[in-house]
Amino acid sequence: MKPRYIRSMRELRVQADTEKLPEVLGFVDGVLEELDCPMKVQLQIDVAVEELFVNISRYAYAGGQGDVVIGIEVPDDHSGVSVTFKDNGIPFDPVSHTDPDISLSADEREIGGLGILMVRKSMNSMEYEYTDGTNILTITKLF
Amino acid sequence: MLNIIKNAQDDKLEVVLEGRLDTTTAPSLDAELKGALDGVKDLKFDLTKLEYISSAGLRVLLSSQKVMNKQGNMVVANASEELKEIFDVTGFSDILTIE
Repeated sequence: MKPRYIRSMRELRVQADTEKLPEVLGFVDGVLEELDCPMKVQLQIDVAVEELFVNISRYAYAGGQGDVVIGIEVPDDHSGVSVTFKDNGIPFDPVSHTDPDISLSADEREIGGLGILMVRKSMNSMEYEYTDGTNILTITKLF
Repeated sequence: MLNIIKNAQDDKLEVVLEGRLDTTTAPSLDAELKGALDGVKDLKFDLTKLEYISSAGLRVLLSSQKVMNKQGNMVVANASEELKEIFDVTGFSDILTIE
């Protein structure tokens, strides 16, 4: 028998630094593995978490230092997960970010914007709010 | 963790990737490819053992494709279904030659 979860929340606070990526993904994978998340979905969530964490690490504190708090919320029926990123950096709303034109050829393609496109296409939802100096970004994926 | 194995023969280069091609490991692949593509006419990435790719990894494939467009061919072989789906949603399926 697997343990039954009440709607549960786990949190990790880390420095917004791309070198912390293995720690962040280890935290996320630990939770997903307990939930018997399908491999394919785990890969999609890992990619989304990487893209968003790396974006925050590179741009939120504009060269300075700061933290990111990553929360994972699991509904009691284990139907999916929501991952929330909170930082106190520069306001940035990836939800209204414009997708790159993916119909262009290799030579015409720009390098930027791909990460957020991957998140948008692979998650069921992405929500952003800016409250009391905090960027709050939540992605939800159903299994 | 990413292992990179390069097999060069005449003007052909095969690059076998094993593990994860992400923000942490993509710079090492980028460094390995710098200079290694000089004079290469056929470039093949073998992804049989690649488990994971993020946009940082896609960027390296895109910049390799741009180099090879000028001097020869590039193919991406043996990607898993999961990786192929990532290529699909990002439009990379249309840019890369996926075998």
